[in-house]
Amino acid sequence: MGPADDDIDVLVAGGGNAALVAALTAREAGARVLLLEASPKLWRGGNSQHTRNLRCMHAAPEDVLTEAYPEDEYFDDLLRVTGGRTDEALARLTIRTSAQLRPWMRNHGVRFQRSLGGTLHLARTNAFFLGGGKALLNAYYQAAQRLGVQVLYEAEVEDVEIEGGRFRAAQVRRDGATARVPARAFVAAAGGFESNRAWLREAWGEAAENFLIRGTQFNQGRLLRALLARGAQAIGDPTQCHAVAIDARAPLYDGGIVTRLDCVSLGIVVNRDGQRFYDEGEDFWPKRYAIWGRLVAQQPEQIAFSIIDAKALGRFMPPVFAGCRADSIEELAGTLGLDGGRLRATVDRFNAAVQPGHFDHAVLDDCATAGLSPSKTHWARKLDTPPYFGFPLRPGITFTYLGVKVNARAQVQLADGTTTPNLFAAGEIMAGNVLGQGYLAGIGMTIGTVFGRIAGDGAARAALQPALA
Amino acid sequence: MNALNDLIAAARRQAVAGALADPGAEGARVMGICNSCRYCEGYCAVFPAMERRAEFSRADVDFLANLCHNCGACYYACQYAPPHDFAINVPRALAQVRLENYERFAWPRRLASLYRRQGTAVVFALAFALTLFFALAIALAGPRGLLAAHSGAGSFYAVLPHGLLVAIFGASFLFSLVALAIGAARYWQAIDVPGPNAAPASGAATAQAARDALTLRHLDGGGDGCYVRSGLDFAPTSQRRLLHHLLFYGFLLCFAATSVGTIYHYGFGWQAPYGSLSLPTLLGTLGGLGIVAGTAGLLWLRRIRDEALADPAQAPLDRGLLHLLLWSAASGLLLTLLRASPLMPSLLALHLGFVLALFLLLPYGKFVHGVYRSLALLKHAREARTPNPVGFADS
Repeated sequence: MGPADDDIDVLVAGGGNAALVAALTAREAGARVLLLEASPKLWRGGNSQHTRNLRCMHAAPEDVLTEAYPEDEYFDDLLRVTGGRTDEALARLTIRTSAQLRPWMRNHGVRFQRSLGGTLHLARTNAFFLGGGKALLNAYYQAAQRLGVQVLYEAEVEDVEIEGGRFRAAQVRRDGATARVPARAFVAAAGGFESNRAWLREAWGEAAENFLIRGTQFNQGRLLRALLARGAQAIGDPTQCHAVAIDARAPLYDGGIVTRLDCVSLGIVVNRDGQRFYDEGEDFWPKRYAIWGRLVAQQPEQIAFSIIDAKALGRFMPPVFAGCRADSIEELAGTLGLDGGRLRATVDRFNAAVQPGHFDHAVLDDCATAGLSPSKTHWARKLDTPPYFGFPLRPGITFTYLGVKVNARAQVQLADGTTTPNLFAAGEIMAGNVLGQGYLAGIGMTIGTVFGRIAGDGAARAALQPALA
Repeated sequence: MNALNDLIAAARRQAVAGALADPGAEGARVMGICNSCRYCEGYCAVFPAMERRAEFSRADVDFLANLCHNCGACYYACQYAPPHDFAINVPRALAQVRLENYERFAWPRRLASLYRRQGTAVVFALAFALTLFFALAIALAGPRGLLAAHSGAGSFYAVLPHGLLVAIFGASFLFSLVALAIGAARYWQAIDVPGPNAAPASGAATAQAARDALTLRHLDGGGDGCYVRSGLDFAPTSQRRLLHHLLFYGFLLCFAATSVGTIYHYGFGWQAPYGSLSLPTLLGTLGGLGIVAGTAGLLWLRRIRDEALADPAQAPLDRGLLHLLLWSAASGLLLTLLRASPLMPSLLALHLGFVLALFLLLPYGKFVHGVYRSLALLKHAREARTPNPVGFADS
């Protein structure tokens, strides 16, 4: 498998952002590196394929970033979304290091651009990759080729040997056979388990059958499961995943960014029975889209429908699939497979509860319902202007939170309280250390890049100077 | 859940079914998906222009297609490129729309089929033009005249009289210009439609469009260049842009050489061929070398370029123009070199044959891409000076 077995200093499991950053860093530190990507070449890169930016701390306007985004504000944002489920030391390490990543990324072929059309709210905090995550991955794979990192596709680490508290070898499945690959150090950067339907069912029951996976089909979590079985300390809620409400017509895997639907706050959302179940206007959509995955998952058959009228057109990013269009609520209900009478009744109750106000989608306006449960607290306008449009919604899973605990050197912590000196983790497989729940746009790529750098550097040291490790 | 299954099936037909057969429909499908993603916004003009639209009429697709310079950056960056079910390939989809545009707006319409039969067109044009000049030379100078050495001013016209050449080239060039102008007018009429993106003419927009066209600004993939080999393994390069510059500015130098020669002829009564260090010869030689280097380089790049980026149906179209240019220039250089030898009359007929075939096929070959692209750049420069009419709420 790849170079002669005893030639491998650093073995990297995974082929996304964190894995490549670790591999490049280790290679530049002088290590002989073998990177194993479970997917075929054309699907390489895991969920990094679908990313578009990383969140960076900065003290003043810098290249593609406006104003300033100081450490404390960044940390407060993280505290807010995680509800305190974060390791402050690792979080602050991530945040501080995030300020220094872009020059390294540029040196390895990544290019940046200002925030994309429709993402002005991220212009201050997030540096966008020109062309998105796949362009970043292509640049990193080319750098790997240039520097002499060995890359194997369709090679998946299924198990690891940990002996005397140290990593010894990996069991790697390739071409239908399993081989033992020893290495002096190991970086686990193979993502979470969100594409593993059986595992999702353990946490979510039958509902998991109706989940769509927004990213790669190759995040099966085999390495994560192996590490936990071999004694790694778990971190992050094993029953939780980041899920957003996406268009139910999205492909099962890799629907990515285009399947998001931004019209929820402009209309009402009903379930299979034609009933509303949550305040669609609670807050700005970018701040609320993440809770809607769970909300829809809790509805019968994990399905819901966003319904808008003609007044909403042109006020949200164009959806990838056109909405179902009808000239009456009853006709729309028929197309969506809902009971026309019930939907009519729900819309009538909603319309009757809408209070006069001044509609402004750019602020938390005063258009709300009165005497309705659940209420709609902003942007409530009567659904009375045909044509009407309906969009089916499903939970779309972005990533899972369960991971392995690491220290500030990215070394995996074992459940018995010891540290593995030559076993490292980076990316989604350890993101739960920093992001125990919730999500902050662009922080996944930040965690992956920060810990990829730390893990790659540490792995090279552990392999080349074992006495110091 | 039968209704949902129907919806999913309909969505698959709309977006997931892979490339559509009709170029216009496929262009609209691709742009619709791109408009929900926008990751490629920084690569070229196509994506900012796309973001000024919420849906894509035929006029929009025709406009956007000709803005695309086929640099390939968006294809390798695309998370929805094959093997994804969405099968997004913007460079190829828009190339197919461009070919359809060339055909739809061609004048006279009956010659529109030449784009797809470019090999046949080149063969017949060349056969006609070469036969014409060899036959004329033999008829006028006699079979021996074809192998006789001539020297001094007016020696070309001893083989083929100046007035005759002016008549043949004047007529064919005029016809080509009219055909190109009518195609251009038809295209402009098709894309410059009333609506939220109708924008007024302005000198600044025209200057911007001219700069963008003359510098091939959008053939640089947002700064790094244009792809030849697969972007999965190779970085973009500036090769195509440089070679195209050599070709295009070489072509302009040759045009300048002819113009100076015309002034010499009519203004001063000086007859071709001119001395080795004369302005027309220097301009022509330099231009000819540029065309030879540019076309040979582009032909070579075509051989190694990732096939995914091109419309396979257009290979003869690309090669046809490149070969006509290459052999026009090469035969011209050879003629300059050997004009005092007995080979001169044959080389002259050969060179004129290639040039006439090139002129005849200007409106019915790849050359038209420059006309359509310049107009698309002009429209883009104009509308980019007005606020985006599709200002979505931030999300």
